[in-house]
Amino acid sequence: MSTYDDLSLHVRLFMKSYPFSRYMIEPTPCARLAKPLNESRVALVTTAGLRTPDQSDFDRSDKRGDPSFREIPNTIETRLLVESHRSYSFDHEAVRSDVNLAFPLDRFRELESRGVIGALNHRHFSFMGSIVGPRRLIDETAPQVARTLAEDRVEAVFLTPV
Amino acid sequence: MCQQTVCLLQAAIERAGIATVSISLLREVTSVIKPPRALFVPFPMGYPLGAPNDAPLQHQIIAPALGLLKRDDVPILEEFT
Repeated sequence: MSTYDDLSLHVRLFMKSYPFSRYMIEPTPCARLAKPLNESRVALVTTAGLRTPDQSDFDRSDKRGDPSFREIPNTIETRLLVESHRSYSFDHEAVRSDVNLAFPLDRFRELESRGVIGALNHRHFSFMGSIVGPRRLIDETAPQVARTLAEDRVEAVFLTPV
Repeated sequence: MCQQTVCLLQAAIERAGIATVSISLLREVTSVIKPPRALFVPFPMGYPLGAPNDAPLQHQIIAPALGLLKRDDVPILEEFT
């Protein structure tokens, strides 16, 4: 189990002093599934800092955190995805040995073939989650991805941290 | 900070009219930011779906998370057991 007490002292002190309440979502938005899940189009969003081999790397030098995103085609072979998250507070080897741990595309392909979900969207989105100053994420890149998913007529999104 | 980023992305997507659910690795963060639907899992940072190369376990976690999509009594923070 992850609690603050499991984190390194440095990370723990940072997490305990960070003003998370500043970003409380209020009021809570609520979009209802318009159709059953087995008829719905689904997309994945991860903050594991994944990209395809031909995409540029995330900017690990940005102190506030790089709020950009990478579009991951649904047809990608998951073993080709590159993980280059800058955080040192998690075990990178695990996700590098199986990106499904934080971006379960192969699992959702299985759910699609079993008819549990209607269809996977033709693209998914990856961010590098260590965004300490999220203003550009909130104002620009998150709404941009949300609009794109709506334009794609995605009906449900599954999100994973790392 | 991954957890906060997931919550903020989730809110933006839900506001665009799309139902969302996320995995939470840090209850302390998710319970403060309050995204619409989250499944808290008892795993270390870096292991949101339990273990690498363990498809059955990954499915065991994904299934109840997807089940939360049917609910509208948000914000929901359920625990994976």
